[in-house]
Amino acid sequence: MDDNKNLNSESTAQEAEPQYSLNDDRRVKVLSPGAMVAKRFVRNRTAVTGLVILIFMFLFSFVGGLITPYKEDQQFYRTEYQNKPYAGAVMNEELRFAAAEGQNFSSVIQAQVVLAVTTGKDSVKYRSVTYHVTEEGPSLYTVSLDDGTVIGCAYRDVVTSSVAGQKLSFDLIYNALKAYTNGANAFSADGKEYSLSDGGLIELNGSEVAFISRYVINPIMANEFLSRDFQEQLSASLENGDDEFTFVDENGVESVYTINYKASFKTWDILQATPSRVYDTYASPSSSHWLGTDRNGMDMLTRLMYGGRVSLIIGFLVELIATVLGVILGGIAGYFGKWVDNLIMRIVDIFYCIPSMPIIIILGAAMDAMSVDPTIRMAYLMLILGFLGWPGMARLIRGQILSLREQEFMTATEATGLSVHRRIFRHLIPNVIPQIIVSVSMGIGGTIITESTLSFLGLGVKFPFASWGNIINDVNNTFVLTNFWFIWIPAGVCLLLTVLAFNLVGDGLRDAFDPKMKR
Amino acid sequence: MRKFIIKRILLSIVIFFFVMLIIYTLMRCLPSSYIESIARQKSQQPGSKSYQEWLAQLNAMYGMDKGFLGGYLNWLGDFLRGRFGDSWYYTVPVIQRFHETVWLSFTMGAIAFLLELIIAIPLGIVAATKQYSKTDYIISVIALAGISLPTFFFASLLKLVFSVKLGWFDLFGLVGRNYEQLAPVGQFFDKAHHLVLPIVTLVVISIGSLMRYTRTNMLEVLNADYIRTARAKGLSERKVIYRHAFRNTLIPLVTIVGGSLPGLFSGALITETLYSIPGIGYTSYHAMVGGDIPFSMFYLAFLSILTLAGNLISDILYAVVDPRVRIA
Repeated sequence: MDDNKNLNSESTAQEAEPQYSLNDDRRVKVLSPGAMVAKRFVRNRTAVTGLVILIFMFLFSFVGGLITPYKEDQQFYRTEYQNKPYAGAVMNEELRFAAAEGQNFSSVIQAQVVLAVTTGKDSVKYRSVTYHVTEEGPSLYTVSLDDGTVIGCAYRDVVTSSVAGQKLSFDLIYNALKAYTNGANAFSADGKEYSLSDGGLIELNGSEVAFISRYVINPIMANEFLSRDFQEQLSASLENGDDEFTFVDENGVESVYTINYKASFKTWDILQATPSRVYDTYASPSSSHWLGTDRNGMDMLTRLMYGGRVSLIIGFLVELIATVLGVILGGIAGYFGKWVDNLIMRIVDIFYCIPSMPIIIILGAAMDAMSVDPTIRMAYLMLILGFLGWPGMARLIRGQILSLREQEFMTATEATGLSVHRRIFRHLIPNVIPQIIVSVSMGIGGTIITESTLSFLGLGVKFPFASWGNIINDVNNTFVLTNFWFIWIPAGVCLLLTVLAFNLVGDGLRDAFDPKMKR
Repeated sequence: MRKFIIKRILLSIVIFFFVMLIIYTLMRCLPSSYIESIARQKSQQPGSKSYQEWLAQLNAMYGMDKGFLGGYLNWLGDFLRGRFGDSWYYTVPVIQRFHETVWLSFTMGAIAFLLELIIAIPLGIVAATKQYSKTDYIISVIALAGISLPTFFFASLLKLVFSVKLGWFDLFGLVGRNYEQLAPVGQFFDKAHHLVLPIVTLVVISIGSLMRYTRTNMLEVLNADYIRTARAKGLSERKVIYRHAFRNTLIPLVTIVGGSLPGLFSGALITETLYSIPGIGYTSYHAMVGGDIPFSMFYLAFLSILTLAGNLISDILYAVVDPRVRIA
């Protein structure tokens, strides 16, 4: 039963694929010429590699430009910190003086007091008046008369008012210092009770009045007021011998200050890092800029994509111009022969002989001098390159047409009375299309090299447009050549791969179109 | 044969006339020329004549005031009589500057060309004899890569590797820093040392096309009937390839090599500029960018003559080597 079923299915399969005799034409699968070419092309591994590279480059340039979050000439910034002087600090080593209200504490007496303190005497005489110098603590000396009246004091710790513009009375200063030296936590002055913290903060009923510190801190800018918090923290940092300190102000803004000690003046410079916005030039590759940024702070990968667009479009348009001119002139020359051929081929000879690179360089320099708009300049560049490129194509077409013209199918077209125009462009040119395609594919590669060389020299595509050539132009700066590989190596690799791919595909197409030529 | 040569030479002369006419037209059309900027500079000096007066004087001095065709014929006459004028950019006679620079370019080009021949022809033949092998693939891809490699990118890579990373060569220039202190032999080696990278660049860039050309021609010969005959006779493969096939491959090779000989004088515009080698290419690049019309005209005419001479030589050689062509 099972066998039978199998037999049945076999027989149906045979019916679906009828058996032909061995020499029946239907046994041979017939492919159109186009399919044959495609088949031969696909079998060629290098050509397919080239095609894959080309497809990738097209996607990269044309689709990549749409996907990338950045624009072609979008510039990026980074914040750079510059240290600017903000404040100066001095550790007070000298005695300062405060005179009690209504007392005469002249500078002569002050000088005498300094002398007494340094020599360790406890009294000085001036104009037959004896002044007693009492050491209250390590840095506070009271100067009093015989009857005990305090006429002033000498001190090293500085009492600074916490409120801008407030003047501190002698009584307050004197008592505060006295309490500070003795380590007391409260003192009374002018009939009021003040509290004093260990850090030297003087408060009246919980609101701060002044503070005591060995450091004198002044702002560099006159309109700046340094808060007590700031001064206190800075003093602490100075005490610790720090190089840097961070301060959060009342608005919660954090800033970093650098402390420089100037030994010759025994002063500290406090530098504040102020942010400034600069172009983010030559940034290394990162997650936001995969290939870093260029000298204008533009995203390298985006430039590369747009550069590919420019290079490919120029390559195509130039070849288009050259091909159209070449096919028309070559076709006419080949078909008509005789003097027309002679004339056109002499023109071709002349164009062949024109040294194109120097001419383009001269024209590029001239356009530089005229400061032509970059867009118009690109158009000129394409026209010039296209116009200088047609003779090769014309020669190729003419040679092919010369041989095709003598074939039977052309006699047939003549016999059927087709117009000359139709004979050339409908019957001759289509037979030359394989050669045209191969030549165009190779030609685009060559054009891209020419264009990029010109752009590299600064005579082709100009900023703000990107092209693979003018991206590499940056290596003229030796520093870039040495340090920033990501600027120019990717562009060069793209260029090399694209041109190589065009050549591989051209080669593969030639082999595919004409298997006899495959060698 | 003589008739053929004379015909070719006459044709070349006609072509030269028209090529230079086109070039002259282009040069005359450049709006902001060197003359104008010089006139502007001079007119700005204190107590000087006006810009217009300077311009008129300079134009008269350089034959720019004559009509277009008159100016061209005037230039052509001067050129044919060997009066090339003075370079505006270098402020010396054009021919003097030319003599100073062309030989360096020729040396460089000749060495590079010899190396190319030595490397490309054997490799091309090997690729052809071992068609479809791995060797063939590698050689073909390398040849294509050489053709596809932009000169400036390759030169930059060489500089990065050999000058910056390895420090073997200088980045720019023909002579080192202490060239003046060296003995003549040392000076020679200093120059040679500085020419290594430019020559390597030239060889790698241009080796590909010769290699492919050799391979294609060798394949064509190998498929010919007389090679089959030679094999059928029972000759050794060595003899077939190096006696019978190679000699026939030489026909197109000789013509192409002969045709490129004049080109050795033309200098390598891009390579010399990249390495700042003061050859004719580098010199003319700066003259052209600087708007130096006498020097540019001379250089362009020189290049055209070299191209024409190259075509002529290859045509004649082809006729000499391959008698079948002579009738045409």
